[in-house]
Amino acid sequence: MTTVETERVAPLVASKQARRRGVPRRRAGLAGYLFVSGYTILLVVFGIIPTGYAVYLAFTNEQGQFTGLNQFIKVVQDYRFGPAFADIFIYLAMWLVLVIALTTLVAVILRARMKPRLAAVFRFLYYIPGALAGVASVLVWLFMLDPTVSPASGLLRVLGFGSFAQVLAPANLPVILVLIAFWTGAGGWIVVMYGALNNIPEEVLEAARMDGAGPWQSAWHIQIPMIRKWIVYQSILAFAAGTQLFVEPQLLQTASLGRVSPTWAPNQLAYVYAFQHGDFNGAAAISIFLLALGLIVAAVLVTRSGLFKVDDE
Amino acid sequence: MTSSSLDLDLGVAHPGKRRVSRFVSIAIVVVILALLVVFFVLPVVWLLLAPTKTAGQLVTQFPLSFGSFNQVALAWQHLVSFQGGAIFVWLKNSAIYSIGSLILTLLTSVPAGYALALTRFRGRKVLLSVTLVVMIMPSAALVLPTFLEINLFGLIGTVWSIILPFSFFPFGVYLVYIYFATSMPRDLLSAARIDGCNEWQVFSRIAMPLAKPVIGLIAFFSFVNNWNNFFLPYLVLPSSEQFPIQVGLNQLLSSTPSFNPVAGKGLNITSPELALAIIIAILPVLVLFLFSQRALVSGMLAGATKE
Repeated sequence: MTTVETERVAPLVASKQARRRGVPRRRAGLAGYLFVSGYTILLVVFGIIPTGYAVYLAFTNEQGQFTGLNQFIKVVQDYRFGPAFADIFIYLAMWLVLVIALTTLVAVILRARMKPRLAAVFRFLYYIPGALAGVASVLVWLFMLDPTVSPASGLLRVLGFGSFAQVLAPANLPVILVLIAFWTGAGGWIVVMYGALNNIPEEVLEAARMDGAGPWQSAWHIQIPMIRKWIVYQSILAFAAGTQLFVEPQLLQTASLGRVSPTWAPNQLAYVYAFQHGDFNGAAAISIFLLALGLIVAAVLVTRSGLFKVDDE
Repeated sequence: MTSSSLDLDLGVAHPGKRRVSRFVSIAIVVVILALLVVFFVLPVVWLLLAPTKTAGQLVTQFPLSFGSFNQVALAWQHLVSFQGGAIFVWLKNSAIYSIGSLILTLLTSVPAGYALALTRFRGRKVLLSVTLVVMIMPSAALVLPTFLEINLFGLIGTVWSIILPFSFFPFGVYLVYIYFATSMPRDLLSAARIDGCNEWQVFSRIAMPLAKPVIGLIAFFSFVNNWNNFFLPYLVLPSSEQFPIQVGLNQLLSSTPSFNPVAGKGLNITSPELALAIIIAILPVLVLFLFSQRALVSGMLAGATKE
């Protein structure tokens, strides 16, 4: 969530001295291994082994024979594979545009137009639904989207939705999921963006004001470019989270009485492969597709954005 | 956004129009903020009011009206009688899973983050890079392989099948690492070493007390993550007695007639009971949210302020 580039000069000097002296460094080395041992075990058992196991399964069949790319070809040719990935891409496109544009806009407004204390109240109000992640948020929105009980039933009717069944039509699913995700997640991002804006030195904005820039102009030309890094970070994390949809479409499927596809998202398709077809190899192949997607994005984030710098001597 | 900045350009060019454009831009700001407040807060208010009404009243009465406390008590009775008090079992399970893994997370991630930031050992950079990658990796894609691995070890259906995977929390390690790497005066550590402290004493007596804020932050994130997690428990836990509250909510949903007319027959679980269950399920997290808001915000910005 943060950057590591601020290695200061003093610590660098200190570690160089330590190296020259030799002894403390070796001692620290041994202690270092002990300190990281517990975490490393968990990392291996629940990070690396599952990944390796998924790769193994994806390249073999039930008898454990090497099958090359056959599992991948099999799942790609499945008629549900294309739609499932198409679904989450549509969802991701809408979600990314909305969350980036709106949270940045709101953070800029709160920072530029408001007294800090009032801005804090707004940030808090926007932040509250963050407590209702996962199952709870979906259940709340099932009620919000049901025209018979919803406080927004007037709005739903104006939009042409007279019944819950009409709202939960499969075509509306991406919009519904974006609404839910925005409701629970946007508040946290507004807080982060606001914090990033707070770090822009007052003199910079003062200089812009002296040059005659209004609040919108300085937002567009100065503030937003200066928090670009955070916007990149946000979009990549939002992308990674979007590929992981499972509980939300799963619950909507239950609530729609089966009209929404049980394999709406790739994770659900993998679930169906594993637990309804008993085909763990096919399920692993789908997981590998998702992992590869996530890893590519992670690699871009780590190497390109400059957000994460792994400092070393 | 573009149109309003255009307004402003005009305003700068012709000072006479400045007041109008200023009014327009304030109006836009007020409308956006107000709409968002309604969007974020209205569902929460509705949720808090829902258990005070009967399922019928939810439909017929004004959505934001208050029913009666009697109705809350009635909904509570119905909810408690579902599967003979299953909701208490679910809550207890959630507490065991969340707190158990929270303890393991703290025990493993705090020393690891400290060592990554302040000691030098072979493989440090590799461990750090792997941590970063795993942190950003879509963890849901690993749930199925993790399930298979747990199955391989014959742990399916045990407490450990939840607690152990949950306690792997690379984001926590990363937070501790950032904290120590950016805000720990190293002179203090070397001074302690010169005074004869061994590595363990340096960690436990100097570093730990200074790391309280970040430990609180990890505890919060880890607890909330564990409490809200659905996918893994949904896969590895076969019976209702072992469900955490999130999976229990899913079962309540499938027992609610408005969402499942077939299975819901004959049960007293209707919309108000479901709403009450949601409130109970989120209560621990909500309380944490309200009490630690200030610490949380400053924690989320810990890196930002050090940029």
